[in-house]
Amino acid sequence: MDQKLEFILNNKSVSVEINVAKTLLDFIRNDEGLKGTKEGCREGDCGACTVLLGEIVNNKLKYKSINSCLFPIGKAAGKHIVTIEGLNDENNYLTPIQKEFNEEGASQCGFCTPGFVNSLTGYVIENNKLEFHKAENAIAGNICRCTGYASIKRATENVIEKIDNLNISGFDRIKSLVDENFLPKYFLEIEKRLVILGKNELNDNLSKNIIGGGTDLFVQKAESLLTEEISFSNNGKLNEIKVCGNNICIGGSVTIEQVKNSPIILKYFPTIDLHLNLFASLPIRNSATIAGNIVNASPIGDSTALFLALNSNLTLNLLENKRIVKLSEFYKGYKNLDLQKGEFLEEISFEIPNPNTKFNFEKVSKRTYLDIASVNTAIKIETENNLIKSVFLSAGGVSPIPLFLKNSSNFLTNKIINTELVLEVLNIVQSEISPISDIRGSAEYKRILLNQLIKAHFIKLFPELINVEEMI
Amino acid sequence: MKNFDAINHLKGKSLYIDDFPLPEGTLHAVIFDSKIAHGKILSLNIEKAKLIEGVYAVITAKDIPNENQIGGIILDETLLAENEVHFIGEPIAIVVAKSVQIARKAAKEIEIEFHKLEVIIDPRDAFAKNSLIVSPIIFSSGNVNEAFKECDLVVEGSIDSGAQEHLYLETQGAISIPVEENKIKIISSTQSPTAVQKQAAKVLGVAMHQIEVDVLRLGGAFGGKEDQATAWAVMSCLAAKILNKPVKLVLSREDDLRMTGKRHPYSSDYKIGLMKNGKIIAYEVTFYQNAGAVADLSTAVLERTLFHTTNSYFIPNVKATGISCKTNLPPNTAFRGFGGPQGMFVIESAIVKAASLLGLPVSEIQKTNLLVDNNSFYYGQVVKNSQAVNSWVEAEEKFNSKLIIEETQDFNNKNKLYKKGISFMPICFGISFTSSFLNQASALVHVYTDGSVGISTAAVEMGQGVNLKIASVASNILSINVDKIRVESTNTTRVANTSPTAASSAADMNGNATLIACTTILNRLKDFAKIALSATENDVITIVDESVLLNNQKTELDWKNLIQKAYFNRISLSAQAFYATPEVHFDRKTNQGSPFAYHVYGTAITTATLDVIRGTYKIDSVKIIHDIGESLNTNVDLGQVEGALVQGIGWMTMEEIKYSDEGKLLANALSTYKIPDIYSAPENIEVQFLENSKNASAPLNSKAVGEPPLMYGIGAYFAILEAIKSAKPNKDFIISAPITPEKVLIALQG
Repeated sequence: MDQKLEFILNNKSVSVEINVAKTLLDFIRNDEGLKGTKEGCREGDCGACTVLLGEIVNNKLKYKSINSCLFPIGKAAGKHIVTIEGLNDENNYLTPIQKEFNEEGASQCGFCTPGFVNSLTGYVIENNKLEFHKAENAIAGNICRCTGYASIKRATENVIEKIDNLNISGFDRIKSLVDENFLPKYFLEIEKRLVILGKNELNDNLSKNIIGGGTDLFVQKAESLLTEEISFSNNGKLNEIKVCGNNICIGGSVTIEQVKNSPIILKYFPTIDLHLNLFASLPIRNSATIAGNIVNASPIGDSTALFLALNSNLTLNLLENKRIVKLSEFYKGYKNLDLQKGEFLEEISFEIPNPNTKFNFEKVSKRTYLDIASVNTAIKIETENNLIKSVFLSAGGVSPIPLFLKNSSNFLTNKIINTELVLEVLNIVQSEISPISDIRGSAEYKRILLNQLIKAHFIKLFPELINVEEMI
Repeated sequence: MKNFDAINHLKGKSLYIDDFPLPEGTLHAVIFDSKIAHGKILSLNIEKAKLIEGVYAVITAKDIPNENQIGGIILDETLLAENEVHFIGEPIAIVVAKSVQIARKAAKEIEIEFHKLEVIIDPRDAFAKNSLIVSPIIFSSGNVNEAFKECDLVVEGSIDSGAQEHLYLETQGAISIPVEENKIKIISSTQSPTAVQKQAAKVLGVAMHQIEVDVLRLGGAFGGKEDQATAWAVMSCLAAKILNKPVKLVLSREDDLRMTGKRHPYSSDYKIGLMKNGKIIAYEVTFYQNAGAVADLSTAVLERTLFHTTNSYFIPNVKATGISCKTNLPPNTAFRGFGGPQGMFVIESAIVKAASLLGLPVSEIQKTNLLVDNNSFYYGQVVKNSQAVNSWVEAEEKFNSKLIIEETQDFNNKNKLYKKGISFMPICFGISFTSSFLNQASALVHVYTDGSVGISTAAVEMGQGVNLKIASVASNILSINVDKIRVESTNTTRVANTSPTAASSAADMNGNATLIACTTILNRLKDFAKIALSATENDVITIVDESVLLNNQKTELDWKNLIQKAYFNRISLSAQAFYATPEVHFDRKTNQGSPFAYHVYGTAITTATLDVIRGTYKIDSVKIIHDIGESLNTNVDLGQVEGALVQGIGWMTMEEIKYSDEGKLLANALSTYKIPDIYSAPENIEVQFLENSKNASAPLNSKAVGEPPLMYGIGAYFAILEAIKSAKPNKDFIISAPITPEKVLIALQG
């Protein structure tokens, strides 16, 4: 479906009539001939195609990394897209980041390299106080097959040290980074240019096929999306996390990364960022929406497990007729939802936890990060003097749908937490699940693993009440 | 000195196959492949596909002008399946169209009917059904049967190791361009330009000089583009020939994963005999190699397994049987280590099992049996210049291994939910192609009249820094700044009859050829300088840092004007040189000989932490003493060691290739096949190069580095295994590699 789009690509103003479902990667490489952005997998799993996306958020220019292979060009409207060519020094020197990579031998075959440079540059732009483990997280979506990452880590440490020594101010960070040659000069004009470009996002009719982040849709059906009528959910109203009464409400276009960094969420769930780091990678989290993950209905979705344990409600909107459905009742069968044609997920809401409430999320996958879980589970548990007042336990990967473990949760309610109770509930857990053997593990493994992860919830949340010996 | 290629990589300016500007009218090819693992083709209908607008041709076996055969060692591999298919992903037709999208659409319109035949995916099953690539290969020395009788302990066991996908970030691909009548230029992402040239000529029925192969660089290869880059290049060339148009063929990741072979999975039986003091007296082993559907390089890979059966240990009585089993999987192929890792994994498993029965620490048995000079490898080569003990002892001392062991025990005494494990992994890896004839290389060096230098060799740059090493050699010999030197693409018209860039030996052999060529030019220049400076016979001319010295005194001649003058005096400023590794030989009738120019040694100490509840683990640290000789470039060599290590860890831990019983690849995307990311690489990798190691067999006392360090990764498996044993001391574990979290948890809890 062709539409007119305007945006900035590196230093160039672009105005095109284009199919909005075309991936940004294809546009960059084929239409613009910028070959520094590489195609490695077309499913967001390697990071070779990582570019930066600049946009005005709360009157400030902000950059984030995205996987261009899963990013529909329609979502670039009104934004600044930066490829490696747009980061290169105008006088053909290496930028300080490129220089450190070169010094440490952090580029061998070179195919993954532009992606790493983009990811790290994005981190450096957006963070006033640089920390190695956060920088590492920012490049963790980039896969390198040659270096074993040791030289990349050294280069990253050097970049941080270099910037620390420069004492770059957070006040006008882009200007400081331009002054120190981390960014080319044209970056100074981008904020102004974007303001002039205005809120040039597509005028969306949200009754069409809505694409949130598209990070799974473009893996599954990129070709057929080219022929479908689609719209995008990056709509201001839906992009908020707010307190509404006794609830926290998350808009339908809020990304996973927004949740991870939200002061509201962090206030009540201080460890949420550690949990959410296990979700995909930063470039994916920058695009992928919570609503998209829920509607995608993967039995092993990470958000679904998490929001099931929060006992969330969904606000569904059909031409402004709204209804509320419990997330635990939203899934009717494998990929079968209580969702009508034309209806979209407008908001996810859940109760603000009281001070006696604890929360935990567990996930095990073959690779700890940027991998789909074999099994995941979350728990929200409210106690008073070791008595469970209420508990919501969820599990993913063990049933055709993301599972709220209703019987297990009921069993635990009004009981005193101790080792026996935890071991006892496992029997009920086992009766509620029906895992199958697949590439993520055998049914036997998934059964054992879920038991272990439920034990892990209690060991982590109530270490003083659990006899570890009996858990092992 | 840093890798000059990296500067363009960092700017995104380096070209890979998918990035080359295309000649006008270039067409795009997509492969139509078999969806079943074994069967007869009853009918193939391409008519509907041909009718789609934008389709130029659908090429099948019938369209091949000459031989439908691309087998490298054994002639058992068709370019396009004709009557029968043998694995899922086997190419059947090439669809050529205006765009990739159109070609893909058309490929879906091809109709095919099969008569399904029995599918074998397991190597032991194949062996039982006598489905073999070649007859079993046996290497032996001494008499194992007699020796077992003398042993205090004889242990038997079986252990499997899995396949590994190369996952070069740049997928397979090539562009073929008809240059003029009767000549085609192929730009290929291959480790073996000559193999591409030869097979293309054979399939097309033209002379080799009608095919030019050019390789600028590869976006990773790791062995996966040694033999298996050929098919795609030949297919694009065939299409270009038939249509007389440029044709580009780049595999999508999905196609690449499905159609190409992996590291060979092995299933092995071992029997090891030791004395109470840990001395290994006898070792018998049978390797069932899963070769896949055709030979590819399987027999050579198997042979290297046999060469590395005893790793770094001297064992007087050994019998090793290698069986290359033919199954209905994509042909498995070269992968960094080339069968060596599979062999080493088995002996290490045997030692671990024997250690627990003897009540000795594993490391004590390992150390007791390390190779020393004048031992013989069981295939006959005498051990010279062994660094096995040196690297072990240096690792113990420099990394304070006693303290690491104490700390590990202390941690395990104090913790229940987490357990640590530690392992020592010594390596010994032979350098040279074991097919002795391949140990040859050439270089063509030009000095241009401005003093700049261009070098062409047989070596292909794929991130391993071979171009930089070759430039270092030239810079060293000519005593000119490396900035003056450019290492050109690998091109069959400049350097002919090339051996693959493989076996870790490209820098050694091509470096030596470059050294000879540069020395030839240098000697001509020195002779000329003598005349130009009116020096006498006994005067000594040297060139140092681009200055010409006469008896160590500076003269008016510098590099640049020396070259100018030499040119006007009609001195040849070019040289071609050839290098053949001396003295390597191996007799395939007796399976005895001295196939390696030298060996690379080293020792890794690995620690891992196991999460006992979740069955997950983390590799905490790997500390390595690596024998590099005198490094040609420490930056490059360090990168090779670290990168190979993590690749080896990936093979041993998370990289799991699974096929269904029907032969369908289940880990068929990067979302299901996981290679190490930044977090799963060890938190702490410390590499130190062994002191005082020299090597006369490679340029400037260096040693090859590509493959050997991969085998340090095996240490990760054993460190995890130790941690598991520490959590469940009374259980006996047999866990196949990779040791995934699934297998760990089932071992702990199942």
